[in-house]
Amino acid sequence: MKSSVIIFPGSNCDRDMDVALKKFGFENQMVWHNDAKIPKSDLIVLPGGFSYGDYLRCGSIAGKSKIIKSVIDFANSGGLVLGICNGFQILTETGLLPGILQQNKYLNFICKNVFVKIKNKENKYFKKIKKEVLELHIAHNEGNYFCSNDELKSIEDNDQIAVTYCDHKGNDDEKNNPNGALKNIAGIFNKDKNILGMMPHPERMIDPFLSGEDGSLFFENLIESL
Amino acid sequence: MKVKVIVTLKNGVLDPQGKAIQQTLNGMTFDNVSEVRQGKYFDIEVNESDESKAKSQVEEMCKKLLANLVIEDYEIL
Repeated sequence: MKSSVIIFPGSNCDRDMDVALKKFGFENQMVWHNDAKIPKSDLIVLPGGFSYGDYLRCGSIAGKSKIIKSVIDFANSGGLVLGICNGFQILTETGLLPGILQQNKYLNFICKNVFVKIKNKENKYFKKIKKEVLELHIAHNEGNYFCSNDELKSIEDNDQIAVTYCDHKGNDDEKNNPNGALKNIAGIFNKDKNILGMMPHPERMIDPFLSGEDGSLFFENLIESL
Repeated sequence: MKVKVIVTLKNGVLDPQGKAIQQTLNGMTFDNVSEVRQGKYFDIEVNESDESKAKSQVEEMCKKLLANLVIEDYEIL
């Protein structure tokens, strides 16, 4: 399986993602943001970081970069596109995913492990994961998911909520909401479920000695599902 | 010609920075400040002498890049 990780100026989780993808069997290639085309891929990843210094709005400049047109074409033809953290912000700015990630409610940069509840397994990203709750890492200043009431209704009607912030038992209530995100949303799909954007970093949870292994479950499932 | 644009958060959208500024002002004895909303201001130099053409181009820029219409409104001055 071939994957491509796009590098923007200011990306800083691109190499972690490269390590994670290769560890679980992907033949990964790194693609520069100023390239016109993406080499043949089964999966495209927009990594975390601070693309273009988060100027204007997080992800807004990357959302108009040269490579993005081919990412959009790939996504619209049904290809799998995964955006983590800044990658999620870029996906909302391109319009591939609805809503926007606003500044955290309490104005603090949050860097910690959190639990997320898998809300929908009818897709390639979570299909064979047996657990209902994953422990992953978040590190962001703008992770406060927001959209209009109409969009929220459409997201819920189409089962587009992928993961929500919760406690270790899976209670996804306001008490377990780290950043003020609407409905505790930590990640969403597009309608067809081939595009996933989420704030938590599975690539940081692939080693039992360094962190945890719930990210491994994510990548193991991904390579099996493809 | 120069076109000026102000981008602000829509009414009802949470503005934690504005809130923090308001609370700081209150703490500085500006007790009568009841709300602050923070926005962005752009000075755009367009190589176009026709004012209406320049402004309609800037409007496109606002819709496509300068503002995110999910949470922001724009005003061309």
